[in-house]
Amino acid sequence: MAQPQDLLYSKEHEWVKLDGDVATVGITDYAQDSLGDIVYVELPKVGAAIRQFGTIGVVESVKAVSDLFTPISGSVIEINAGLEADPALVNREPFAGGWLFKVKASDTSETAKLLNADAYAELTAG
Amino acid sequence: MTTTTETTKRTALYGEHVKLGGRMVPFGGFEMPVQYAGILKEHDAVRRRAGLFDLSHMGQFLLEGEDVADWADRLTINAVATMKPYQARYNIFCNERGGALDDVIFYRLLKHFLLVVNASNADKMWAHLNAHPASGVKLTNLHGKRSLIAIQGPKSAAMLQPHVNVDLATVRYYFCVESSVYGHPVTIARTGYTGEDGFELFVDDRIAADVWNRLLADHTSDGLEPCGLGARDVLRLEAGMPLYGHEMNEEITPVQAGLTWALKLNKPEFIGKTALAGQLERDDYARIVGLIMEGRAPAREGYAVFMGDREVGEVRSGSLGPSVGNKNIATAIVSKDAATIGGTVTVEIRGVRHPALVVALPFYKKKENV
Repeated sequence: MAQPQDLLYSKEHEWVKLDGDVATVGITDYAQDSLGDIVYVELPKVGAAIRQFGTIGVVESVKAVSDLFTPISGSVIEINAGLEADPALVNREPFAGGWLFKVKASDTSETAKLLNADAYAELTAG
Repeated sequence: MTTTTETTKRTALYGEHVKLGGRMVPFGGFEMPVQYAGILKEHDAVRRRAGLFDLSHMGQFLLEGEDVADWADRLTINAVATMKPYQARYNIFCNERGGALDDVIFYRLLKHFLLVVNASNADKMWAHLNAHPASGVKLTNLHGKRSLIAIQGPKSAAMLQPHVNVDLATVRYYFCVESSVYGHPVTIARTGYTGEDGFELFVDDRIAADVWNRLLADHTSDGLEPCGLGARDVLRLEAGMPLYGHEMNEEITPVQAGLTWALKLNKPEFIGKTALAGQLERDDYARIVGLIMEGRAPAREGYAVFMGDREVGEVRSGSLGPSVGNKNIATAIVSKDAATIGGTVTVEIRGVRHPALVVALPFYKKKENV
């Protein structure tokens, strides 16, 4: 499955793209495929303080409700407004248009606890 | 959906599901496909064209003997003896309190009845039938030994017709016929659980894969899709059909589930009659209603339902309803005063109460093309 090399990954199947101290977060192709058709995404509010690996929302498929975790701590600065009308964007473009939220990271050294693309590929192999 | 920790069995079509990329999950003691290409795509195929389902996990019992109809009439709430040859009829077995043991379909063939029960209740129902023996009744358990393939959707008759030796136009809704499919013996019933026209094919395990694969080979180009349990659940919920364990169980009676049309109080006696007649008479019971959520958050089984500040019930099934304006739909059991059609309640979702409109079931009715 597609695994962009320039992203970092959590064991809970989120990805992070760090640009300075702004982190964009989404779920991986593996995660969206496992969930199936996504029908609802509940995200933290802009301004919310979130902590690495904490539960911060849900992603719902037709059949299941799955907790969403944040791979990095910080303050939420933007959520993907397009997902309210079109949550299936997460299925179609998990690494692009289907991003979930952006965080102003409070400690970018937390990325040391995340996986690179190869390690994540290994986690989801088989 | 219920899962089980006991050793799971496989239907005769297990290998086909895996080849098709079906995502296998435990259900009713079997490993069954919850989806292939995706629940929404499969749902769409059934509403617009046709879908193919493996229902071989469902329990099939053969009921033989002169006294079967009278015996079954004493164990169920709907009428059995009045069924015509080759007629199919929905029915419910209850306990003395009126709670539902299972909802089933009886198929009356020339010399015997076929009884189809829910997979998750098959062992319980086999024990229940055997706990009420009758001299003129012989029971045979075919669970897991005979396949059941459903083709459902507006194009199902056109797709199936070239492969069977019967004019399907002569097979009415809730009737069946003994025929052949691709040269194999089959009982074809015009029944289903999707709210669409469709057929259910009872075939021997040894030929199930042949029928399944040939239908897909011949009709994938016409839009036939293999469909899993996920699509089936969305389809049946939209069509307002109860799922055992959700809209009905040993505590929730058929009267509460809104299935009074299937309750034949003119039968002399049957298990649960007194309790159900009393409940109907008192008319004070909590009952199943439909909910359409106003917002985008889906209601899920177990979520609490409120009217004002008062908790009045709980959600029993919930899903996106692609054929209900793509709104989130649910069933809930609520107290009588909260069950007014057109009223508003709220559903508590992760601590926040979301408004929902109370509606009559079904959410979806197929377009009649008579």
